[in-house]
Amino acid sequence: MNQPELFPGQPHDSDGPVFAEPWQAQAFALAVRLRQQGYFTATEWAETLGAVLRDAGDDDGSHYYEHWLVALERLTLSKGLTERTTLDRRTDAWEDAYRHTPHGKPVELRTR
Amino acid sequence: MSSDHDHHHDHGHEHGQDVPSPTALRVKALESLLIEKGLIDAAALDAIVDAYETKIGPRNGARVVARAWTDAAYKARLLTDATAAIEEIGFVGSDRPHMIVVENTPTTHNLVVCTLCSCYPWLVLGLPPVWYKSSAYRSRAVIDPRGVLNDFGLTLDEGVAVQVWDSTAELRYLVLPERPAGTEGWGEEALADLVSRDSMVGVAKVAAPAGAAP
Repeated sequence: MNQPELFPGQPHDSDGPVFAEPWQAQAFALAVRLRQQGYFTATEWAETLGAVLRDAGDDDGSHYYEHWLVALERLTLSKGLTERTTLDRRTDAWEDAYRHTPHGKPVELRTR
Repeated sequence: MSSDHDHHHDHGHEHGQDVPSPTALRVKALESLLIEKGLIDAAALDAIVDAYETKIGPRNGARVVARAWTDAAYKARLLTDATAAIEEIGFVGSDRPHMIVVENTPTTHNLVVCTLCSCYPWLVLGLPPVWYKSSAYRSRAVIDPRGVLNDFGLTLDEGVAVQVWDSTAELRYLVLPERPAGTEGWGEEALADLVSRDSMVGVAKVAAPAGAAP
């Protein structure tokens, strides 16, 4: 319960950590923006995230944004904003793109 | 957002095309699909990341507290309609839940928690610290607030009542800490520098400035 340790390179201010990794900030922004645009309500978000955190059980907060992402996927799927297979295929496609893009070139998805 | 720009935020580009973690890839997948479908705008996402990462932080809250300490009329407005009083200072979020400010006094200490998840007054305090999101804090703050405060190094006198405020999606709390002794005549800016994030969540007091007479 004392001040958390900072990971190397972790963004923080004088009071503590902000995001541990860039993807956390991206996941955070996605949820904020979807809610701002009315794709789901603040209450729906709090309930979904709360349920994921409850299911995860004891957690010191360090996996918080992983739970955040699970909640975000659950809500976007249940709202029909995307589909599980599409999402899985796209995840694989990004991995593939990283593996096969030569050094120094921007990583881009291949034309599908 | 072009993937080129996106990659810029990822680690490892000096060493070739390291594959991001599976979790980071899932974020990229969801983000790119939502952008393609036109459901979400890449520039808006960047603006949010930038705002919460660099522009919004506990400094906003510290300015609100410092204003309340120096301006009795502002303090009265803050305690009756915090949402409007915070807006008055110029902090306006497009995604803004209702705010309530609770005042610490010599006889009452306020502590803020979100037992359900991690509702937090982002507009004035930035992103929540890791401990605020931990299940230990979320569950213990209500059951044993004095024990939690002890863990943070804050021991309250027996006679001080502890009030715990449970945040929700629609309602966020900010603690107005007590102005420390030795700051008589200080300006708003100097006072704001004294106000820590923890004091506005209620797990700390604002320490008297170094060298101040007790």
